[in-house]
Amino acid sequence: MRLILSYLIGLVFGLGISISGMANPEKVLNFFDIAGTWDPSLMFVMGGAVTVTFFGYRWVLKRPGPSFDQIFHLPQNRSIDLKLLGGSAIFGVGWGLSGFCPGGALPAIGTGRSEVLIFAVALIAGMGIARYVNTHLAPRFQTPSYARHSPAPHGPLTHLPHETGPKPDNT
Amino acid sequence: MEIVNFTPVASLFGGVLIGLAAVMLMLVLGRIMGATGILAAAIWGEDDRAWRWAILAGMVSGPALFLTLTGNWPQITVPSSTPALILGGLLVGVGVSYGSGCTSGHGVCGLARLSPRSLAATLTFMLTTGLTVYVTRHVMGG
Repeated sequence: MRLILSYLIGLVFGLGISISGMANPEKVLNFFDIAGTWDPSLMFVMGGAVTVTFFGYRWVLKRPGPSFDQIFHLPQNRSIDLKLLGGSAIFGVGWGLSGFCPGGALPAIGTGRSEVLIFAVALIAGMGIARYVNTHLAPRFQTPSYARHSPAPHGPLTHLPHETGPKPDNT
Repeated sequence: MEIVNFTPVASLFGGVLIGLAAVMLMLVLGRIMGATGILAAAIWGEDDRAWRWAILAGMVSGPALFLTLTGNWPQITVPSSTPALILGGLLVGVGVSYGSGCTSGHGVCGLARLSPRSLAATLTFMLTTGLTVYVTRHVMGG
């Protein structure tokens, strides 16, 4: 049941991405090209998605727990540090070069287009490189603040929700 | 400035579906709908990977459902060269790993949770994406 529902949720996400234009690099890049050929559509994608999620989460998170798990796995990390901002800045450069972000590219794999596949392979390679550096090389360069905010089991992905405690405050 | 290919209705509707998927995932499994986190844990996770692969399979099926409903594949026009796609993919992969999320995790779910951390991440990557597009289109090429 969990797997069927997960598949359907992914399908709704993938359909939403397809309809919204987020899978289309030209459209995404035009959104950021305010000085040239501007396409404001992505404001409506983000606006629609954030609004629905905001009210939906308010409703869902009042419940005692999710239907098929014990707890809500919400990110606990609240620190705004160099790792977060530097990583996000690098992500933006890559997004601006390619026109793909992960949420747009993963559904677009379903079109079988070679450009998407090339990007996806590079994306996974980049994630693998970051994981490798973080688990094998980083301890030598680790700064105190970095050590504080990086739980070892998940490598660099503190975004992965921590498996601790009951339902936390909605940060 | 020249406004092109503006599709507010389709984009709003697509955004609503993305939001519904995020809400349903929290309702059913109690998880954040972040493409980065789901992909990373599907590949490298210690356990509980099956539902993540199921979501990824659903995502990849999205364009085919779009084709079934509309008679066309979703439009994908890639202005970037192959080297730019490879370099961009590598940078996105490294960046979202250190930044702990991307447009779906920080930009949608994080902003919806009013997380200052996600707001900082989103503003940062929107800024550097815009700067990169400006440089590649108006400074280097155009």
